[in-house]
Amino acid sequence: MAISVDTPEMSSDLSRKAGYTYTFLSDPKAEVIRRYDLVHAGAGVNGQDIARPAEFLLDSSGTVRWMNLTEDFRVRARPDQILDAAKALR
Amino acid sequence: MSRRFWNWRLWAGFLLCLVGFISYFVFFYKFPSTRDVPWANFLIFGAAIPFLVVGLRRAFGEPQQYRGKIVGPVLSVLSLLVVGVFCSVVFFETKHLPASSLAPQVGKKAPEFTLPDANNHLVALSTLLSSPLPNSQTVPKGVLLVFYRGYW
Repeated sequence: MAISVDTPEMSSDLSRKAGYTYTFLSDPKAEVIRRYDLVHAGAGVNGQDIARPAEFLLDSSGTVRWMNLTEDFRVRARPDQILDAAKALR
Repeated sequence: MSRRFWNWRLWAGFLLCLVGFISYFVFFYKFPSTRDVPWANFLIFGAAIPFLVVGLRRAFGEPQQYRGKIVGPVLSVLSLLVVGVFCSVVFFETKHLPASSLAPQVGKKAPEFTLPDANNHLVALSTLLSSPLPNSQTVPKGVLLVFYRGYW
C-alpha cells in the first residue's frame, strides 16, 4: 500500500486514472510519516512537509523483512527487487 | 558586402540542449533505466557539442560567409547553463534527503498506524496484516509499505 500527504480525493483520482488497485492512505499532516522518521521537511509545494521515498516489506507479524531508503529521490526500488524480497517471505 | 549565411548549427546545438533538459522531466523520468542514470539526456547534450563547435568555428573563422559572432557565444553560454542546471539537479538537488536514522530497521516491528484510504475509510496496519485478501480466504503473507512524495 502507498502512503503520502495527498488527500483521499487526490489518491482516488490517481488510482482511477492510473488503474492502481492497491490501498492508498492519506497522511496530510505527515503524522505517520514522522513516526517512521521519513519526513522531508519543507520539500513539498508551498514548503509542506512530505515523505521522502521509502519502501518497507512487512511479514504477517508486522516485522520489517526488507527495506529500501533511497539516497536520491529520483531512484526508487525496482519491482524485481521487491518481488525477490517478497518471495523470501514465508 | 555579400549576404552572409544563417549559422543554423548554433541554433541546432542550443535547441538540442533544451531538448536534452526538458525530455528528462517529460519523458525519460518515467522509465527506471533512463531515470536512475540519465544517460539518454547526456547523449543528447553530447550531440549538441559538434553543432555548437562547428557553428562557432564558422562564425569566427569565416565571418565573411557566416553570421553568428554575437549569437554564437550567447547561445553557447546558454547551452552550458542548461547543462549545468541539469547536472546540479540530477547530481545534487535530488540527493538532499534527511538522515531518517530512526526509521524502522529490518527485524524491528513496523509502528502501528491508522489512516484514511482513498474512499475516506479508516485503515489500520494491523487490520491489513490480519484480514483476508479480496476474493480469497487467505491472510496476506506480508504487506508492502510504500512512502512516496505525493502529487500535492
